[in-house]
Amino acid sequence: MILDVKGLNVDYITAKGAVRAVNDVSFQLRRGEILGVAGESGCGKSTLIMALIRLLRPPAAITGGQVWLHPREGEPVDIASRTDRELRRLRWRSMAVVLQSAMDALNPVARLSAQFADVLRAHGYKNTEERTAELLEMVGISPDRARSYPHEMSGGMRQRAMIALALACDPELVVMDEPTTAVDVVMQRQILAQILELRERLGFSVVFVTHDLSLLVELADRIAIMYGGRIVELGEAAEIYRAPKHPYTKGLRDSFPPLHAPVTRLNGIPGTPPDLRNLPTGCAFEPRCPRRFADCTERRPELLAVGDALAACHLHDRERTARA
Amino acid sequence: MKQGRWRFLTKRVAFYLATSWSAITLNFLIPRLMPGDPSSVIVRQLQRQSGESVSPEAVAAIQKLFGDPRAGLLQQYWDYLVSIARLDFGLSVSRFPTPVGELLADGLPWTLMLVGATTVVAFVLGTGLGIAAGWKPGGRLDGFLSPLSTFLTAVPYFWVALIALYVFGLVLGWFPLGGGYDPDLYGRPGFLGSVLQYMVMPATTIVFSAFGGWLLGMRNMMITTVSEDYVLLGRAKGLSAGRVMFRYAARNALLPSVTGFAMAIGGVLGGALLTEIVFSYPGIGYLLYDAVSKRDYPLMQGVFLLTTLTVLLANFVADSVYVMIDPRTREAGR
Ligand SMILES: Nc1ncnc2c1ncn2[C@@H]1O[C@H](COP(=O)(O)OP(=O)(O)OP(=O)(O)O)[C@@H](O)[C@H]1O
Ligand code: SF4
Ligand SMILES: [Mg+2]
Repeated sequence: MILDVKGLNVDYITAKGAVRAVNDVSFQLRRGEILGVAGESGCGKSTLIMALIRLLRPPAAITGGQVWLHPREGEPVDIASRTDRELRRLRWRSMAVVLQSAMDALNPVARLSAQFADVLRAHGYKNTEERTAELLEMVGISPDRARSYPHEMSGGMRQRAMIALALACDPELVVMDEPTTAVDVVMQRQILAQILELRERLGFSVVFVTHDLSLLVELADRIAIMYGGRIVELGEAAEIYRAPKHPYTKGLRDSFPPLHAPVTRLNGIPGTPPDLRNLPTGCAFEPRCPRRFADCTERRPELLAVGDALAACHLHDRERTARA
Repeated sequence: MKQGRWRFLTKRVAFYLATSWSAITLNFLIPRLMPGDPSSVIVRQLQRQSGESVSPEAVAAIQKLFGDPRAGLLQQYWDYLVSIARLDFGLSVSRFPTPVGELLADGLPWTLMLVGATTVVAFVLGTGLGIAAGWKPGGRLDGFLSPLSTFLTAVPYFWVALIALYVFGLVLGWFPLGGGYDPDLYGRPGFLGSVLQYMVMPATTIVFSAFGGWLLGMRNMMITTVSEDYVLLGRAKGLSAGRVMFRYAARNALLPSVTGFAMAIGGVLGGALLTEIVFSYPGIGYLLYDAVSKRDYPLMQGVFLLTTLTVLLANFVADSVYVMIDPRTREAGR
């Protein structure tokens, strides 16, 4: 196990009061595992992974829970409670990040080589040039591009360079926030294949965020579905896609074309994502759920075991009581 | 890429040469397009001032700059260009027959030393503090510096200068009331010291009034830049706070300020006016003030030409520096 998240809460503290964007999230990430996180825009995906590596910017703040990182060497560390100074040692060596737009995430006035060199040097690497070349080659970029500035590279190349950069210090955990939304479909496939291949070779764990569930099926080992700041379903990737346990997951699946099959019919989920300031008392998905019933407005469903997976939906209450 | 940079620079050089040429030409044309005959006005005025008739050489010198009604325009233009190329700006009327070029050469070092140096100091001080304030907006440093700067930039310079003159010059008597040096010490050992002593008040007032603007500008750019993804990534990399602050945030936030700074340097000659008047400082600004009050047209024209060319030169330097510090502009130059 590399990551053990327990009851994580993240609030945006605004003038109108706190907005809970990540609500009581718990999960474990195995070593070398790729966990996909999917959900509609605004459900808290980015907030969650930024909290995992303590990269939240005000007004966001972790207001509860723990994020236990189990590094290769040394004691487990609760990322949520350490000081910034203590975390610096772990950054990039244990946990790295790939952001959505490499164009925005790379320093526009520094050559690629400099952006590799500073982090390598900060973490004790000696032959920074050699290491940079090696990393670039790993993602299929010719090492002589190291002298380029970000604006001189194509979008796909920049994105791959970002991934190479994330792997610079051989991290154990890489969080990726929609790293392929800024590139075309062909490049997207190439990048996903590369991530899988590099994971095999280097053995790092990934938390991969996207709103495109079909993409995760090809990449992730397990998938977590988020709705209104909570995980509403968590299970094996293929299983989640084939037999979703939560009506929201099913809706999400049916609103994206599978990567391989021809597009037949797409059904978007009717209604709009919930207002985090004003969540229903029962199930947050209830106003939009095609299968809602009386219980749904009364009690909030807990994330409980359904077969091998976890789901937060009252539809499974009966099975559970039957089994008990 | 390297080639792109050169092509960009060549283009800029050509552009600024053309602009300088038009500035010089305008300087030539404007007096000649004025109704009446400026040369005769100047000659008459000179006569009134000195009470004696003006020598033919002086008349010729004035006509060379302001138009000889008898000569052809093209011939005049050529003569004018030739004299400018020789740095010959004609003779001053109010201090006849001192050449304007000599007066400019006397005043220039004073202005460059006082206003040039203080502009640099104000920029470095303001920008440095602006980086610190903008790094933690709303922090203790920012909470103190930002209101202070807003206040300082709101106070008119003239007022600051007069108060300083009154308090430290007149009431306390710590510093001399005006001038650039102690005339009694001219050419003697204590001269340099007196130059510094005379500089304290004008220099302090300039820095005092100017650094707040730099501070606020840099602070606001810093705040925008700090929320950029690449600064976040710098943090994620586990680099030291100082490195993220300077190499990631400030390095990018500084880009607009560089242009502003070069402009400010270009405006040094023009900006010297107020300071030099209040403190009777012997620079270009005081020269212009003197020229205007005594209607010394050749001198005025000389100061204007010098000021215009400085602004152009500074702009050119700004452009070139910008190309060097922002790799993205090299593309645009292609
Ligand atoms: N600066 C902010 N101030 C207040 N609330 C915010 C702020 N940023 C985000 N939020 C709230 O946090 C919620 C989650 O935002 P987050 O960016 O994590 O969503 P996301 O799932 O990553 O969405 P997307 O797919 O659009 O990237 C949003 O619904 C929004 O209400
Ligand atoms: S708990 Fe009820 S409303 Fe919520 S998803 Fe399940 S069936 Fe739908
Ligand atoms: Mg997001």
